[in-house]
Amino acid sequence: MIAEIGQFALALALVVALLQSSLPLIGAQRGNATLMMVAKPAAQALLLLVAVAYGALTYLFVVSDFSVALVVANSHSLKPMLYKITGVWANHEGSMLLWVLILAVFGGAVAQFGANLPLSLKSRALAVQGMIATAFLAFLIFTSNPFLRVDPAPLDGRGLNPLLQDPGLAFHPPLLYLGYVGFSIAFSFAVAALIEGRVDAAWGRWVRPWTLAAWTFLTAGVALGSWWAYYELGWGGWWFWDPVENASFMPWLLGTALLHSSIVVEKRDTLKSWTILLAILTFSLSLLGTFIVRSGVLTSVHAFATDPKRGLFILAILIVTIVGSLTLYALRAPILKAGGVFAPVSREGSLILNNLLLALACATVLLGTLYPLLLEAVTGGRDKVSVGPPFFNATFVPIMVPLIMVMALGPYLAWKRGNLAKTSRRMIVAAGGAVAAIVATFLIVPDGPFLTPFAMGLAAWLFFGATSEWAGRIKLFQGPLMASWHRLQGLPRAATGMTLAHMGIAVMIVGIAGSSSWQTEKIQVLAPGESVLVAGYDFRLDQVADENGPNYTTQRATITVSRDGRFFATLYPERRFFPVAGQTTTEAAIRTTPLSDLYAVIGEPDGAGGWTTRFYLNPLVPWIWYGALIMVAGGFLSLSDRRHRVGAPRRAALPRPAMQPQPAAAE
Amino acid sequence: MRPKHRRLYFVLFGMAALGIATALVLSAFRDGLVFFYSPTDLVERPAEPGQRLRLGGLVEEGSVSRDGATVNFVITDLNQTVAVSFTGILPDLFREGQGVVTEGMMQSDGRFVASDVLAKHDENYLPKEVADALKASGNWREGAVDSTENAPQ
Repeated sequence: MIAEIGQFALALALVVALLQSSLPLIGAQRGNATLMMVAKPAAQALLLLVAVAYGALTYLFVVSDFSVALVVANSHSLKPMLYKITGVWANHEGSMLLWVLILAVFGGAVAQFGANLPLSLKSRALAVQGMIATAFLAFLIFTSNPFLRVDPAPLDGRGLNPLLQDPGLAFHPPLLYLGYVGFSIAFSFAVAALIEGRVDAAWGRWVRPWTLAAWTFLTAGVALGSWWAYYELGWGGWWFWDPVENASFMPWLLGTALLHSSIVVEKRDTLKSWTILLAILTFSLSLLGTFIVRSGVLTSVHAFATDPKRGLFILAILIVTIVGSLTLYALRAPILKAGGVFAPVSREGSLILNNLLLALACATVLLGTLYPLLLEAVTGGRDKVSVGPPFFNATFVPIMVPLIMVMALGPYLAWKRGNLAKTSRRMIVAAGGAVAAIVATFLIVPDGPFLTPFAMGLAAWLFFGATSEWAGRIKLFQGPLMASWHRLQGLPRAATGMTLAHMGIAVMIVGIAGSSSWQTEKIQVLAPGESVLVAGYDFRLDQVADENGPNYTTQRATITVSRDGRFFATLYPERRFFPVAGQTTTEAAIRTTPLSDLYAVIGEPDGAGGWTTRFYLNPLVPWIWYGALIMVAGGFLSLSDRRHRVGAPRRAALPRPAMQPQPAAAE
Repeated sequence: MRPKHRRLYFVLFGMAALGIATALVLSAFRDGLVFFYSPTDLVERPAEPGQRLRLGGLVEEGSVSRDGATVNFVITDLNQTVAVSFTGILPDLFREGQGVVTEGMMQSDGRFVASDVLAKHDENYLPKEVADALKASGNWREGAVDSTENAPQ
């Protein structure tokens, strides 16, 4: 019964989405307010219907209704409750339903909080949202119906893939989707603006918070995915330039560019047509990401079993979206008039450089990701290649270097016309920090890779550049601390948010440079009692014991780590066996200190009493996650800026609560 | 600065950046590309020594043996076979009779030393290259590769 309700709600949602994508558009063309007014209730009805369908599916998982095929395939009565709930989106059908749900949430939010938008722009934007919803609802209903029944119903389910039974991965998809789908708002507004033929500063002010929200979630989602891969897969690495990883990273790169160019649109009323293009491309890359992940056209370490029919459907959505919106862009973009004039050395100039470099970086990642497909198509399937990390490191990293150099400089430059001489005097702190970091790194690790100290210098340049710019704004240490405190309260939160985000990047660079230059890895067979020395740490295998978990059995190793004869830590890596799935997973044991991770993995027994073990010393890896956290915090802080509150006039009094998510709820 | 000049400035700068990026990409392609071989491919057109490549196929039944931390096994496309050795911890879903993709180099003695064995997250997933290699060797049977107890939905 519940499954039928869900099914029915989905079908109704498709009808509503069709109405939402057609009537308001027609109304806006004809100037018919009644038709345009349909957009708001339609978006709300869509949200309600999709929420009902999603609630129904969650209910089916929670009560383990094994008459539903999806529940049978992905759940088991013994599975912990957390994974029954998160199991809803840990499979193809459920995750696409979550995708549509988030789309409907964003659409509903625009309908709800967009009271002061021009009616025609709002109607058109919601209509475009409706079109996206129509496409994906059709995709769900016709190729990936989550509510299919099985008859006869089996007694129990096949269980969730054990790799996914993990809190980190449980929340990775929703965050990622909040990011991917959040960019649909920028896209819808871009297309609506193209239809209107008008983009102004108000448009920029509208699009910016949505882009910022999407960017913040996507940052969190990508970082969480990377973190999960790091501790769950047991390979000691956190980024593999794998197609599925790149699929989430490309929208991030372009979304970051969009975030910055929409500032220029808002503040200076220029760069409009480029920003529209970025909005279109960012969402297209989000769709491409969905396609890559869901179609399995590229061999990925993160791939799941796929169905080619579904891939084809998403490809069709992707092509229609890209071709349709770019055609519209080609027709309408020329009528967008550029506004403010500015010199190359200016805030605008630095933001353009940011956009250029981010777009280039994104293009190289795209090329590297799709090259295997291109080559196969050209050679008729004879040549199969994969593009590995060396390619990405050799192209992506050199593009990032100038970007980071400008990132520290840009916020100092004035709008319209900056003064490079004056600005460079203010960069003394950053330059001093950079030199100090280079020298210090050379002294501390004299025998490491030659370029690492310079990477550390770059990080310091950015870190001190960002912090001293912020300190300069509140005149920190230039007078009484109380005066600075009052200035800070007057400083827009978005400014502090930007500083935090840039600082986060700096911290992350330290982590990336340190972990990729100085990692130590040892693989060996150890019998209980034996030990091995890894970068000054003595790892001793004490024992391997058999234990039982809630829905698995495990071989749990006890490893004592000591340094210079003194006890340092005990690590418990495991090999878990999930009888329902017949699958083994490796649980790495990680001991995090502020400067490094000790990382231990236990493999299979060698049959002679020993166990294959793998130990790493991963210096500075925690800094990658700290950096991501700081960036996300910066994003949320910036979102809480009153000026971002959509529709809030620049007065103290607020007519309605803010539309943005609260940081606490999102964490 | 007149807008026209400004635009020219940015276009020139953009072209220069694009040029540099293209140069980077072209130079990176020389050593960033890894070709995929099936065992049959390797017999038909042997790889140069020292060339990194991916070798994929099925892990031959009964071929897995251990020597300390090193694992030896045979990859087959049911036409030809290649002996592979790998030092380290195999991915959780590595199993005899299942599809696998390894990355490494051919040695002069005809043995393939893998530095990576690519894992997968889902036992129903068969890397596309492996499926294609099996089709090419004429040994593809729909569903024959996947474990039957956990058949695809």
